[in-house]
Amino acid sequence: MADIRSDFIGIRSPNPFWLASAPPTDKAYNVERAFRAGWGGVVWKTLGLDPHIVNVNGPRYGVVYGADRRVLGMNNIELITDRPLAVNLAEIKQVKRDWPDRAMVVSLMVPCDEESWRGILAEVEDTGADGVELNFGCPHGMSERGMGSAVGQVPDYIEMVTRWCKANTRMPVIVKLTPNITDIRYPARAAKKGGADAVSLINTVSSITSVDLDSFSPEPSIDGKGSHGGYCGPAVKPIALNMVAEIARDPDCAGLPISGIGGITTWRDAAEFMALGAGNVQVCTAAMTYGFRVVQEMAAGLEAWMAEKGHADLAAITGRAVPNVTDWQHLNLNFVTKARIDQEACIKCGRCFAACEDTSHQAIAIKPGRVFEVIDEECVACNLCVNVCPVENCITMERLAPGATDPRTGRTVPAEHGDWTTHPNNPGRVAAE
Amino acid sequence: MTASQTAKPAETAAASHPDSSGAARTPGIAPGRLPPERLAGNFADLHPPLSAHEALVAADRCYFCHDAPCVTACPTGIDIPMFIRQIAAERPVEAARTIFEANILGGICARVCPTETLCEEACVRETAEGKPVEIGRLQRFATDAQMATGAHPFARAAETGRRIAVVGAGPAGLAAAHRLAMLGHGVTVYDAREKPGGLNEYGIAAYKAVGGFAGREVDWLLGIGGITIRHGRLGAELTLDALAAGHDAVLLAMGLAGVNALGAAGEELPGARPATAFIAELRQAADLSALPVGRNVVVVGGGMTAIDAAVQSKLLGAETVTIVYRRGRGSMPASRVEQDHAAAAGVAFRFWARPVAALGEGALREVEFEYTRAGDAGLEGTGETFRLPADQLFTAIGQVLEGAPEGIALERGKIAVDAEGRSSRPGVWAAGDCAAGGDDLTVTAVAEGRDAAMSIHRSLTGD
Repeated sequence: MADIRSDFIGIRSPNPFWLASAPPTDKAYNVERAFRAGWGGVVWKTLGLDPHIVNVNGPRYGVVYGADRRVLGMNNIELITDRPLAVNLAEIKQVKRDWPDRAMVVSLMVPCDEESWRGILAEVEDTGADGVELNFGCPHGMSERGMGSAVGQVPDYIEMVTRWCKANTRMPVIVKLTPNITDIRYPARAAKKGGADAVSLINTVSSITSVDLDSFSPEPSIDGKGSHGGYCGPAVKPIALNMVAEIARDPDCAGLPISGIGGITTWRDAAEFMALGAGNVQVCTAAMTYGFRVVQEMAAGLEAWMAEKGHADLAAITGRAVPNVTDWQHLNLNFVTKARIDQEACIKCGRCFAACEDTSHQAIAIKPGRVFEVIDEECVACNLCVNVCPVENCITMERLAPGATDPRTGRTVPAEHGDWTTHPNNPGRVAAE
Repeated sequence: MTASQTAKPAETAAASHPDSSGAARTPGIAPGRLPPERLAGNFADLHPPLSAHEALVAADRCYFCHDAPCVTACPTGIDIPMFIRQIAAERPVEAARTIFEANILGGICARVCPTETLCEEACVRETAEGKPVEIGRLQRFATDAQMATGAHPFARAAETGRRIAVVGAGPAGLAAAHRLAMLGHGVTVYDAREKPGGLNEYGIAAYKAVGGFAGREVDWLLGIGGITIRHGRLGAELTLDALAAGHDAVLLAMGLAGVNALGAAGEELPGARPATAFIAELRQAADLSALPVGRNVVVVGGGMTAIDAAVQSKLLGAETVTIVYRRGRGSMPASRVEQDHAAAAGVAFRFWARPVAALGEGALREVEFEYTRAGDAGLEGTGETFRLPADQLFTAIGQVLEGAPEGIALERGKIAVDAEGRSSRPGVWAAGDCAAGGDDLTVTAVAEGRDAAMSIHRSLTGD
C-alpha cells in the first residue's frame, strides 16, 4: 500500500489530482460531478470582476488529431468565467461546505491594480476556499486587456501582484505561469520574490490549430476569422515537463512548491511531473476528452506503482528525478552505446533503414532476406532507429563496456566520466584535475 | 480483408438457410428456392466498402515500409505504401492514380485478388500481429473514389499512327489495350463474347463485383480513348494471319475458353456441366430467382472456380453443396480464406476422392466417387467408393486453351512466351491465362498485359 493523500502548501486532498482552472470547473454542477468521480480537488474556473466577460458564440475549441481521431492537442479561445461573480462565489461556498475534504482553490484574474485584487480576495476568503491561484497564464483574449499572460510575461508585474495578494489575504497564493516566455525561471523567481506559496504551470501555449484551406480561416473559425488560442493536451506535456524541471532545479527557486500542469492523461504522466518536482498535478484536457472518470485510473495507477516500487507517500517521489536533470555540458561523453536489433522481434518493415540511411548516419545494412543489421563503425547511437521502430524493444541501445574499442572512433571507451567541460575541443575547457 | 471475411460469411450462411416454405427442398433443378429479398442479401457486396473514417483508421496502420514487402508481393508492383499514405493524407483520388499507374484494373483487383496470399500475407503487420493492413479494402476505397469522379485519370499521348490488335477483352487484353492507347497507339480489341471484361464479367462470383462493376470498369477504362472493341473469335471470324497483316503488332490474350472433361461415365447427363458455364449464366442473369439450381449440388475441383460455383449454389438456395477434391485440403489452389468463406456459407468439403461415374435415368441423381491416395507414381485410386446425391454436378478441374493459332509454339498447352511476352511468331505477343507461366490470377494477367504492351511499344518505337 502507498499513501497518495496530498498536502500541497497546507491544502489537503485525498489524492494529488486536481482539475485545473478551465471549462470543467466553471460551475457547481460540474465540480460536484468531478468530486463524485473522485477528483482530489479543483481550481475553480477563473473569476473576474463584474460585469462578467462574454464568450464567442461560435466554436471555442480546435483540436489536433492522431489516428482514429485521438485528441493529441486541444486549443481554446474560451475566456474566464462568463457568469456573474456572486453566482460563482455562492456556488464555491456551497460546494466547499458540502465537500470539506476536497481542495477548493479559486482562480482569479482582475485588472492590475491593488484595489481590484484586494476586493476580490476578500470575497473569495468568505467562501471558505482553501486558496487562490493567480491566472497570469491565459494567452488569449484577456491578455489583450492587460491580464493573463500579459502579466505573466513581465516578471515585475508578477512580483507586484503576488505581493498585493499576499498582503491582502491569509489564503495560500499559487501563481499560475504562462509558457509563452523565453525562460520560465524568471517569472517563477518573481513569483517567489513576491511571496507566492507555489507556482503552477504550464498554462496553455499560444497556438493556431489549423487552417481551413477552403476559406483560409484559422481554426477554430469564427465567421471566417480566427484568433490564437491556448494549446494544451498530450502534445504540450514535454514542454511542461521541461519547464517544471527548470524551476525545480533552479537554486533561486529552491523550496518553491510546484503544481504540475500540461497534458497529464494517465497516472504515469502524473508520476513523471511529480518526479520532476511537482508536489501535485492539475488535469484538464484528459477530463474534457474522456470525462471525469479518468481520475479513477490515475489514482489507482499511481497508488499501485508507488506500492510496487516501495514509495510510501507522495513526498517519496516528488523531485526524485530533479538531480538527474543537468546541463548538456555535464553529460558523459564516455557513455558509448550502439543500436542492437533483435532479429527475432524484427518484423522487417525497414523503417530503421530508411531513417538511418536518408536522415542519419548510414549505419544500418540490409542483408539478404531483409535482415537489418547495425554497422557499428557508423552508428553514433542517435536512437532514431529505436524511435521509429514500430516494435517495442526490438531495437535497443547497448552500452559498450569500458575498455572496449568503439569501432566508429577506434578509441577505447574510458571507464571514467568525461564531458564537454574538459573536452580538448572545448576552447573554454577546464583543466582536468 | 480478413476482418470482414470473418463477419460476412456468417450472415450469408444464415441468410441461405432453407426457409420453412419448403422451396429449398424442391427436388431436381429448380429456380426460386429462396425469396427474392433473401437472394438480394446473399448476393450483396462480400466486403462492404470502407467509410471515409474507417479508411483513415485502416490507412494509419501502414508503417510505410522501406522497399515494402507488399509491393514485392503484388504482381503488378503497386506502390502500396504510397497510395495508403495518400489516403491517410485525405487524397484518395491521387491514391487511386498511384494504383492505376501500375494496375489500370486496380478496381476489380481490389475486389477479387486473393490478398491473403499476396500483399496482405507479406504485410509486416501480418508478421507482427497476424492482422495485416487492409490493403485490398483500402485499394477499393481509393479506386472507388477516383471512379466516382467520372473522369479518366490519364491523358492519351499524341497519336502514333500505329495499329495494334488485341485478341481478348479480359484483364490481360484490357490492361494491354489501355497502356498501348495511353502511349498513343490505336488499339482494336476483339472478344468472342457479347460483352468485354472476360472473367471479370463472366467468371468471378457475383458478390465480388456487385452493381455491374465489371462493365462500369471497362467503360471507365475506355475513357482513355483510342480503343475500339469488336466482336470476333480467333479461328472463326478472325485469323492470326489477317490480324498480323492489318496491324503493326498482335497481342493474344484470349484466356482459356475450353474446359477439361471429367472423364467419368455419364458426364453427358443433364445436370452435369462446367462450373464456368454456371457462373457465367449466373453473372448474366437479370433475375436470380429465375435461375435454377439443384437441391443437391456437387462441385468437383479445388480452385477458385470450384469455390465460386459452390458458394453461389448455396446462396441460390441449394440444400446441400459439396466440393470434392482429389487431394488434401493443403493442396487446394483456393486459399484457406476462400475455403473458410465457403465453409461458412454452408459448403461441405470432401477430400481425397475423384469422380468415377455420374448416375441417373435421364437426369443426374448421384455421383460416385473413388477414394484416392498419394501413391509412388502420383495420385491413385483406393478402389473404395461412395456416392453423393446430386441434381447438379459442376466440374471445375481446369480450363484449357482453345483455338490456338497454327504455327505458334505452345508450352504445356499454352502459348510459349519469353520474358517480354513475345510468342514464337515475330510481331505476336501473348499475355494472361492463355500464355505459359503465371498463376491464372486477374492481377497476374493485368501485369502480363501491361508488360507485353510496353514490349510492343518498345518494339514499335525503338525506345
